[in-house]
Order: sequence, then C-alpha cells, then structure tokens
Amino acid sequence: MNVIDIRGATKVFNPGKGNQVEALAEIDLVVEPGEFVTLIGPSGCGKSTLLRLIAALIAPTTGLVEVNAKPAEQARLDRDYGMAFQTAGLFDWRTVSKNIELPLELMGWTKGDRRRRAKEMLELVKLGEFATHHPSELSGGMQQRVAIARALSFSPALLLMDEPFGALDEMTREHMQDELLRIWKETETTVVFVTHSIPEAVYLSTRVVVMSPRPGKIASVIEVDLGERQALVRDDPAFHTKVTEVRVALRKVEE
Amino acid sequence: MSTLKGFSAPIMTGVVLFGLWEGVLALFNPQGFVLPAPSEIAGALIDNWDDVFQGARITGYVVVSGLLAGIVLGVLAALLVTRFRTANETITPLAVAINAIPIIALAPIFNNWFGLTSARSNQAIVVALVFFPIFINTTRGLTLVDRSQVELMESYAASRSRISREVRIPNAMPFFFTALKLSTSLAVIAAIVAEYFGGRQDALGPLITQSAGLTRYDDAWAAVLAGTTIGVVLYIAVTVLERVVMPWHSLIRSHREET
Repeated sequence: MNVIDIRGATKVFNPGKGNQVEALAEIDLVVEPGEFVTLIGPSGCGKSTLLRLIAALIAPTTGLVEVNAKPAEQARLDRDYGMAFQTAGLFDWRTVSKNIELPLELMGWTKGDRRRRAKEMLELVKLGEFATHHPSELSGGMQQRVAIARALSFSPALLLMDEPFGALDEMTREHMQDELLRIWKETETTVVFVTHSIPEAVYLSTRVVVMSPRPGKIASVIEVDLGERQALVRDDPAFHTKVTEVRVALRKVEE
Repeated sequence: MSTLKGFSAPIMTGVVLFGLWEGVLALFNPQGFVLPAPSEIAGALIDNWDDVFQGARITGYVVVSGLLAGIVLGVLAALLVTRFRTANETITPLAVAINAIPIIALAPIFNNWFGLTSARSNQAIVVALVFFPIFINTTRGLTLVDRSQVELMESYAASRSRISREVRIPNAMPFFFTALKLSTSLAVIAAIVAEYFGGRQDALGPLITQSAGLTRYDDAWAAVLAGTTIGVVLYIAVTVLERVVMPWHSLIRSHREET
C-alpha cells in the first residue's frame, strides 16, 4: 500500500480572476512506506503547495491526492499525519510538555497517557529536562525539536515537514538533520520534507524530487542511497557526487 | 523582588517631583493662588474628606461599570466580527463611524436622553469611549495569528471553535490588555468630563467645577487627586490581572530583556 498517491493533481489559485496563479501542473507522485522523500526547487515551484495538498490544508483544483489509500481530506480528518513548519509554531501560552500534548488532547487521550507520551517524546528529542519550560525560554533549535516531538507525539505513519530547519544556523541544522534521521529510523515513519538546501536534501533523503517553477512540475527524481548515514557521510565522495547531480538537475530547471 | 524594584523608581520620581513643587511654590508664590502646594491639597483633602470620598465613590462606580460594559461589548463585537463575515461587514464600519464622533461632545445630549441627574448618561459616555479601543485591538489579536499555528490545528482536524479557543483567544490576550490599560485612563477622563455637564451632583466632576467656581482651587485639586487615584488603582488592577491571566507573557518580556 502506498502512503501517498498523487495522480494528475493541479492547483490554480484564484481561478478566473486577474490574479490567477497556476501553482501546480499535472503532478504524479507515489511515496511508499518508510521512504524519506525531499521536495526541492527554486521558490515559486510549488513545493510547499504540494505539501499542503498532501496535508489536505488546500484542495487540488483537479486530479487525485490519496494518503493511506483514502482521499487526503479523509486522512486529515483521521489524523493520519503529523506536520512541522519552518516556524516552530509553538504556543507560547503552553509549556513545552503541554505543546506536545496538544494533538493528544484533540484526540481525547487521558491526562495520564498524555503526560507519559510527552515525557517519552521529550526524551526522544533530548529535551527531557525542559518539560515545564515555556517555548520562549528555548533556543530556536530546541523549539524546532519540540515541534518535531509534537508532530510525532501521536505516532503518525507520515510526517510532513515544510522547511523545518530553514531558520536555523548551519551547525544546529546539521545536528537537527542527524536527530531527524535517528528519529526516522527509530519510529519507521514515512517523511515528506520540503527544503531549498541541496546538501540537506541529499543527506536526508532516500529520494530527491526536483521541481520546476511556473507552473510547478516535477522535473526529475533522483534516488539516493548513501547507506548508513553518519556525520562523516557529508565528507564522502559519493555524497558530493549526489549533491552535484541534484545541483545540475536544479540548474536545468532554472534555465 | 523585581516588582519592588519596579516600583522604587516611580516612587522616587514622585517624591522628588512633589518636593520640588512644594519648594518652588514656597519660594515664589506663597498665596497658592495659581497652583496650590501639595501640602495645601493634602489639607483640603482632609478637610473635605467626606465630599471627596463620596465623589470618588460615585465617579468610581461610573468608571468601573462603564468600563466593564465597554469591555463586554467590545469583546463580543470582536468575537462576532472575526467569526462571521456579515458581522464584520456591518459592525466594523459602524464602530469606525461611532469612533469618528467626538463622543465627549455628546454628553449634554446624553443627559437629555438618560436624565440630567442620573449617572446613566455618564456611564453611556464611558461605554462608548471604551468600546472602540477594546474592539479594534481584540479584533487584531484574534486575526493576527501565526499562520502555521492555524494550519497545525487544521492538520489535527480541529474545529473552528477549538482553533479559536487554542489559538485566537490566547493570541488576542496581549492586545486586549494593552487596550484595557489605555481604556482605564480614558474611562476616568470620560466620566469626569461627562459629569461636568450633568449626572449626579455629588460626583467628582461637579465637585471640581463647583470648587473652581468658588476659587477654592485646593479643593478642586483634592478632587482631581481622587480621580487620579481611581485611574492608578484601576491600572494596577489591570496589570495584576494581566500577570495572573498571562503568566507566559511576562516570561517572554523578561526573557527578551535578558537577551
């Protein structure tokens, strides 16, 4: 069973109006369980729009978007996926623990179960001692880790991430990438990840989807197999070959 | 600790200011005709304690009741406007139109509506004046939300009312309290000026005009002091309430000051 099945999906914003924008044209994409798929492309290529189609935060103009073999909208109502954004989007008025408990509250978990799960998730992102802190007391990287913990708290089979590390400095970013890969392996989640960093895409993914702008289309798909990922992989010639491959594909797109 | 530190500077400023005031008047204007010295005002306050206290009670009631009604109406309108498009299209222009009226100028007209010696007309002025800042600021707070927080709630299939409760209302709190602080002093001004034109004759407004009319300026100042006290007490009450309702907010502020 495919986790994501997109066939002939298009998205036109403000159809029939003066400010009509053709954001996505004829997207076909299949994602299988356990994959780590990255969407990359220049700004305006519709990668965030595509992610929002999968999340059913917006509806396709035409075509079909299925998640877990049902319409994306149904998957949203069934809470089949977790989501993380470029801004951590934490709620200042909730403690770190309460932020992670938010989706669980919406799903009607008992207080004790929520507490326990939030604690587990904080251990997973290595923020165990910050449960009672407020988000404003945390650094940007720590906030982003809380956001990931929140997205994973109800063990969704699918994790959708929209440039989650975009606002972080390079050091924190590489550290977060390793954390994410560790969590991905531990939880066996399927991930769709939007980025505009080529090394990030290559380092994280099993598959890089290169998109072209105006209207957004899938230009090419590059398989990545770097084996067991460690920080050292970033210095590996195979890694650099893949980075170059993606860069060439992107350059073609921009021309 | 930090609260104590926060109060010491204004108290010092007050002491120095009143000392200077007293000293300068003692040197140049011993009659205290243009401006009575703080000691004379204090004396007048003690002499007229019953009248001033009664006035403060009446005016305080007008201020607090008007403030409360203005808050309730302002918040309700803000909730309606952000929830329903048609409400937005009807209420918002109306509110803006009302705000364009110099409301204090309506005081004599309100007296005609509500009765010349009733506190109702003064209350109505306070309500009308408080309504707008509360309405506008709360509406801003309810709508100026982090887009990703709303998308996140949508990704959890949360209902609209749940999104309001979890995201919009907490987000509007700092906006609401800013407006509320502004409104407390507005309400005191509105009440006293409205009382100049009518309402109960034992309120602070008439006390000020009557004393000034009889050139008893120290008595007038004593009444002004009572009005100031109402404003200050309300402001402090709002500040305390703000900390109780939004402990996270003072945390953000203290953290930002540190870094």
